[in-house]
Amino acid sequence: MSLVNVWFILIAVLWTGFFVLEGFDFGVGILHRHLARDEPDRMTIISTIGPLWDGNEVWLVVAGAAMFAAFPGWYATMFSALYLALALVLVALILRGVAFEFRGRDESTRWRHTWSILLMIGSIVAPFLIGVALGDLLNGLPIGADQEYTGNFWDLLQPYALWVGITLLSICVLHGATFIALKTTGEVRDRARRLARRAAPVTAVIVTVFAIWTHVVADKGVLLNLVEVAAILAVLGAVWLIGEGRDGWAFTVTTFVMASTVVAIFTELFPRVMVSTNGAATDLTISNTASGSYSLKLMTVIFVVLFPVVAAYQAWSYHAFRRRLSRAEFEDPTEE
Amino acid sequence: MHEARPHASRASSGVELGIHTAYPGLRGDTEAMSNVDLARIQFAMTSIYHFLFVPVTIGLAFLTAILQTVWHRRGNDEYRRLTRFFGTLLVINIAVGVVTGLVQEFQFGMNWSAYSRLVGDVFGAPLAMEGLAAFFLEATFLGVWIFGWDRLPRRIHLAAIWAVAVGASLSAAFILAANSWMQHPVGYTNNATTGRPQLNDIWAVMTNPVFLWGYTHVLLAALATACVVMLAVSAWQLRRGRHRQVFARSAKLSLVVLAPTMILAMFVGSELGVVEARYQPMKIAAAEAQWETCQPCSFSVFQIGGGNNDQTPTKIIALPHLLSLLATNHWNGQVVGLNEVNAQYQQQYGPGNYVPNVFIQYWSMRLMAYTAVLILLLSLWGLWQMRRGKLETSRRFLWLATWAVFLPIIMNTAGWMLTESGRQPWLVQGIMKTADGVSPSVGTSAIVVSLIVFFLLYLVLAIVDVVLMMRYARRELPPAPTEEAAEPPIPAAIQ
Ligand code: HDD
Ligand code: HEM
Ligand code: HEM
Repeated sequence: MSLVNVWFILIAVLWTGFFVLEGFDFGVGILHRHLARDEPDRMTIISTIGPLWDGNEVWLVVAGAAMFAAFPGWYATMFSALYLALALVLVALILRGVAFEFRGRDESTRWRHTWSILLMIGSIVAPFLIGVALGDLLNGLPIGADQEYTGNFWDLLQPYALWVGITLLSICVLHGATFIALKTTGEVRDRARRLARRAAPVTAVIVTVFAIWTHVVADKGVLLNLVEVAAILAVLGAVWLIGEGRDGWAFTVTTFVMASTVVAIFTELFPRVMVSTNGAATDLTISNTASGSYSLKLMTVIFVVLFPVVAAYQAWSYHAFRRRLSRAEFEDPTEE
Repeated sequence: MHEARPHASRASSGVELGIHTAYPGLRGDTEAMSNVDLARIQFAMTSIYHFLFVPVTIGLAFLTAILQTVWHRRGNDEYRRLTRFFGTLLVINIAVGVVTGLVQEFQFGMNWSAYSRLVGDVFGAPLAMEGLAAFFLEATFLGVWIFGWDRLPRRIHLAAIWAVAVGASLSAAFILAANSWMQHPVGYTNNATTGRPQLNDIWAVMTNPVFLWGYTHVLLAALATACVVMLAVSAWQLRRGRHRQVFARSAKLSLVVLAPTMILAMFVGSELGVVEARYQPMKIAAAEAQWETCQPCSFSVFQIGGGNNDQTPTKIIALPHLLSLLATNHWNGQVVGLNEVNAQYQQQYGPGNYVPNVFIQYWSMRLMAYTAVLILLLSLWGLWQMRRGKLETSRRFLWLATWAVFLPIIMNTAGWMLTESGRQPWLVQGIMKTADGVSPSVGTSAIVVSLIVFFLLYLVLAIVDVVLMMRYARRELPPAPTEEAAEPPIPAAIQ
């Protein structure tokens, strides 16, 4: 397999990793008000991802940088085409990122309330718009012969792309709920489980529509491909396993739902990286956007050496903070 | 070298615009701003902002790690309290550094797509390595460190802060390798079919002399910055007579590190000047507003005029031979003047104006150097007071040390203005002009919108951050534990 293919796969892996990991962080951000009755509840919920979210967000940084390095043409066209959408994503991620840090730094309810709301909005906007962006890659954008985008902002908001945004957003909510159920105790956990149970069937419908629609948009034969089938099965499995009430399994299965959804987009995309609405000749593909072989080889070596190390210490950090949190720990916030 | 500019034809309108605007002379241009100008303003604004936080992170992570190591070794609880105190400042600072770093990463593709397309092959690799080797390390272990107090074995917790420190300095390494390549491109060939530079020697990129000297300079600058921050905070606390004994320790630590770091930074900086004079003669000639070739060359402490429209500045206090020494390491070294380099470049690259903004160059160089001297003097004064045992009580010194917190900020920003503005009109020296790098598909209104949004957002963040930093810098130290178990189990950051 040539290195261009390898890098397409690695980039798909990085995006998938980002959504699987940051996905529940987004979900926690979205749900942290809804599942809480009071401040100790909210602190419990946010703390489940306290030590983890920053490391998870780096998956996005690396996915972007890997696109830049391996497929500069892809990175250049995609990021400039999606200019305003990405600017909004950045605003959302900035507000969300500082909210984690700033929220607890003042006692006043107004202060905490403000950052809570910003945390929630940021957690909604970011996955939704990134989803729209991924949807646009497959759905097609007006791209000229020089690989530059020729459309405007409204061209980005196609129905399919919006649906991908909605799909990823809803999976984030479900994934976040199963994560909170896994990481907390008592009433917060009960509420998270109840919410997951109610959200699962809705998500199942959304993901099923997504899988079929994705296949139609990609226009590659009649039968759904394996990943799309897997996505549908996974989300049906989620409805069932969440109903069973086993936290570990529920979280595992929402992980699969997220992974197969993201991978579905990339499998249908391959070997293109951005579909053009001006005909296949202007499609961006892995070969007409890739870096030279030296760069790819170098990056492959670096990736093979570093990635297992990164995966190992990230996994260790999850292990180190595996304990469930209970609200009792947060009832008397002692100032440092 | 013409094949090195494959985009010249497509962006031809941009070239005209660009040559005109690539040296935004302070000459009363009234024409509307072009996309290039706007994109440059946005990049400059976000980079300067990002770099307000980055040096504090890099330096303070090391200082915090040192404090914690001392606590670990000696078991003296004062060091634990200092670790927590300065660790909190570090964490607040990192939060803003991290989120603004995201903007940097996205911006290349958003605003500079022609540039990204052209040089991604070379420029992308260090960025990807940065993410894999540095950001993962820093971000993961930062979480571990913040939440690991009293939860992880002490040794592992100590290792976590060191991992953060190493990660932060590593991230600077890769991004600077990328930046240095823009200043002095090495290790690539031009692909005949695509006309794009292609990486063919990563070793050359990582041993680029601009990078080696520049990285050393930045690391030292970061350490100095953090020392000044620590000194300023400690001085403020000492002036209030708070925890005398404890904050005297951190004041001493910062002074002991600061003085040698400053001397090294200045030495390395002058070497960097020599390196730059070799590869980017424009930059250094412009930093001295040296229009005509000279030998030997004097250094003016101050001058009037001498900008892009005025080639005969009135030099006030010229120090003979100093420029020769700074730019060439030789007492009688020759510095080629701007006019001569410009003529040379016109022959090599075609007609145009290749002189950067001389006003910015001249004054940013001086701002950096003079501020450096001030900080060095301050640190020497502090050391002297320390020797006399009067550090904690010298009100004048403590007052000045508190206000000195602004000096490294000025110094860092000026240093980057010098570096980046001095590269103009090139985006990548000799390969691509800034005017050709901008995204052709992004409209003016989009850039204006994002510029305004980022400006306002950054302003709010700055205010919140400053308020929080001040509040935490002025807080009492965390209490000494009466009994070990009284430590609250909840980490500060989630309260
Ligand atoms: C504490 C910070 C600090 C201090 C004390 C100095 N500098 Fe500096 N300088 C920087 C902080 C800095 C910086 C912000 O870190 C820069 C920007 C880009 C870079 O590589 O470092 C820089 C850049 C920079 C450059 C441009 C490099 C380039 O274009 O790539 C030169 C020539 C110098 N410095 C020279 C000096 C000299 C002669 C100094 C002694 C007085 C000095 N610096 C002190
Ligand atoms: C090390 C990584 C950096 C890279 C790769 C980088 C790259 C760039 C690029 C692509 C531009 C826009 C094009 C141009 O105007 O030339 C630019 C401009 C600029 N950057 Fe940097 N930059 C870096 C770091 C910084 C930092 C840390 C600062 C400030 C503290 C800074 C200050 C500026 C300024 C002031 C400009 C505008 C210069 C001008 O247009 O005259 N840069 N840089
Ligand atoms: C000399 C210039 C720069 C240095 C030394 C530097 C260094 C750093 C450091 C130490 C951090 C850690 C967080 C913090 O700021 O405290 C950071 C964050 C970041 N920087 Fe920069 N940076 C520079 C410029 C840039 C540029 C030009 C880019 C664009 C590619 C960039 C991309 C990032 C990103 C994406 C992050 C966030 C990482 C995370 O989530 O942990 N930086 N940078």
